[in-house]
Amino acid sequence: MSILVNKDTKVIVQGFTGKEGTFHSEQCIAYGTKIVGGVTPNKGGQTHLGLPVFNTVSEAIVATGATVSIIFVPPAFVGDAVMEAADAGIELAVIITEGAPVKDMMMAKAYAVKNNMKTLGPNCPGIITAEECKIGIMPGMVFKKGNVGLISKSGTLTYEGANQVCNVGYGISTAIGIGGDPIIGLSYIQLLQMFENDSETEAIVMIGEIGGDLEIQAAKYIKENITKPVVAFIAGQTAPKGKRMGHAGAIISGSAGTAAEKMAALEAAGVAVVKSPAEIGHKVKEVLSK
Amino acid sequence: MNIHEYQAKQIFAKYNVPVPKGKVAFSVDEAVANAKELGGNIWVVKAQIHAGGRGLGGGVKLAKSIDEVKQFATEILGMTLVTHQTGPEGKLVQKIYIEEGADIADELYLGVVLDRAKEMPVIMASTEGGMEIEKVANETPEKIVKVAVDPSIGFQGFHGRKLAFGLGLPKEQIGKFIKFAAALYKVYMDNDASLIEINPLVKTGAGDFIAIDGKMGFDDSALGRHPDIEAMRDISEEDPAEMEAGKYGLSYVKLDGNVGCMVNGAGLAMGTMDTINYVGGTPANFLDVGGAASAETVAKGFEIILRDPNVKSIFVNIFGGIVRCDRIANGILEATKLVNVSVPVIVRLDGTNAPEAAEILKNANIGNVIAATDLGDGAKKAVAAAKGE
Ligand SMILES: Nc1ncnc2c1ncn2[C@@H]1O[C@H](COP(=O)(O)OP(=O)(O)OP(=O)(O)O)[C@@H](O)[C@H]1O
Ligand SMILES: [Mg+2]
Repeated sequence: MSILVNKDTKVIVQGFTGKEGTFHSEQCIAYGTKIVGGVTPNKGGQTHLGLPVFNTVSEAIVATGATVSIIFVPPAFVGDAVMEAADAGIELAVIITEGAPVKDMMMAKAYAVKNNMKTLGPNCPGIITAEECKIGIMPGMVFKKGNVGLISKSGTLTYEGANQVCNVGYGISTAIGIGGDPIIGLSYIQLLQMFENDSETEAIVMIGEIGGDLEIQAAKYIKENITKPVVAFIAGQTAPKGKRMGHAGAIISGSAGTAAEKMAALEAAGVAVVKSPAEIGHKVKEVLSK
Repeated sequence: MNIHEYQAKQIFAKYNVPVPKGKVAFSVDEAVANAKELGGNIWVVKAQIHAGGRGLGGGVKLAKSIDEVKQFATEILGMTLVTHQTGPEGKLVQKIYIEEGADIADELYLGVVLDRAKEMPVIMASTEGGMEIEKVANETPEKIVKVAVDPSIGFQGFHGRKLAFGLGLPKEQIGKFIKFAAALYKVYMDNDASLIEINPLVKTGAGDFIAIDGKMGFDDSALGRHPDIEAMRDISEEDPAEMEAGKYGLSYVKLDGNVGCMVNGAGLAMGTMDTINYVGGTPANFLDVGGAASAETVAKGFEIILRDPNVKSIFVNIFGGIVRCDRIANGILEATKLVNVSVPVIVRLDGTNAPEAAEILKNANIGNVIAATDLGDGAKKAVAAAKGE
């Protein structure tokens, strides 16, 4: 078991024939991911990387039976691409593109939810089920198979965290980068719940960042619902207080989103919080050998 | 991106959000000319900087004569204004706004911002305008009325009624307030704003609403479709080192410590700073070299880090994913030829092709380049080097 994706998951690529789409599709295919085709408007009927190209997501689904889409289209077209995937009946859209306008994501996310499509990202490294299926841009060789689930806002800290888990002799079930944009798809709470229900996952690493209050919400959820051990790191303890212009952001979230605040909330929820990402590996070993 | 009050008010005016008449000035003479042109017998001279709290810092003055306009303009232009939002170093005032004085009966607060949890814009209003709105939020949260607007239906009458009746406004002002809030929501959505704040929103003696202050921030990712707003960018408000770094695809923020950092990815960059702190050192900067680190960008990174005289060592921490470590290693070697790197450089390269990278650095055998095995090891070595150990 694993969460969301496995070796049988059929994946299409939106923005398949572009530079990014091509490069990362090749990497995913090499990893073993079942990429079954791609979508680039006006290039339908062509073959790319030995796979069929379609004009629309609907056509791609009919022809391939894909349930997941990975999106590499340029920022200005991401909203449209996500909504197309939702309309066509994709079950999970993994949005890699960085720099999508927030308003577009706000509209697209709402439409995805309405159509029961899960989303990940934007601006995220994607999702990987170790040694089965990589739907993203992460270096596959870092993720050895094992029993630790990993959820991270930051891309590079996903790799750092996974690397540490593997270096102390454990491995990864599924690792997910959720992205740090103002509007994101699946977040800590939904993913924590999936890991809790996944028989293969024995511990969870959660990596957060300053800003917003997702980690605080996650802490509350962990306290009430998660029985598996959780190790957490919050990046940005030493980040300077942002030069602010207004006050409205803090009023809305009811918190300033500092690392200290988040770490305290997680600790109060029984999470093993580390002060440096260099401690993630040791801490995982400690909680798993208890 | 943020803009000045006078620019926000230009945008407001376009959407029929009422604002006082006013004109920006870059010199005392211009300020006086503006005041004469505006007419009347009371003016406000306002420092234009990208920060709030100007009034308390002495950057907003009420002038009752042209002589006073001249006097306040002279005082404020060129002053370094320190407010709770500028940091202790303050901000140099290079432009001022001359505005007609408003007849203030009441000061309210009105703002629009993205509610991340609800994933829609939320309009916030309070009768407790003028003072620190966070204080109101903390101490008397019931005095802030919040209404989330689902963008798929847009601003409806009921949103406005929830706000206006929620504030307990008298009957004759309900309609005016709803119109004001509707216009402001449109400003927010049409322009891909990330924040609008009017504090105070003034109710005049005649019972009209008028925006006395205006702060606006925008979604940087959407500026491409708003050339008119992009044109409002004031580069003098931006940090020159940060801007220069930006040109090379680097993201740089200066801090107060002595261990320079060069890292790929914002999360790992913050994690690296935290680790330096954890092992007893102090980071000198945040620097994210991004995904496409080349010899040129690494060299530029060294150059920018080394401009800070406090820097006593540099920790290069790269987790090569798609970026290959051997390329970065070569980039570091190239960079040390392009820039005179006078302090110890501790290098941790992990991920794709890390063993090859280690070979490259070992063979080059540069005196002040020290290899580290992992994040913790690198941070310890960098902190020790900064302490001269
Ligand atoms: N045109 C005007 N007419 C009359 N009074 C004014 C005018 N502009 C500003 N003031 C007064 O000056 C005060 C401070 O002005 P303003 O809110 O624009 O600046 P600020 O100090 O940056 O605000 P903030 O507290 O939101 O940071 C206002 O609360 C108001 O009382
Ligand atoms: Mg104000």
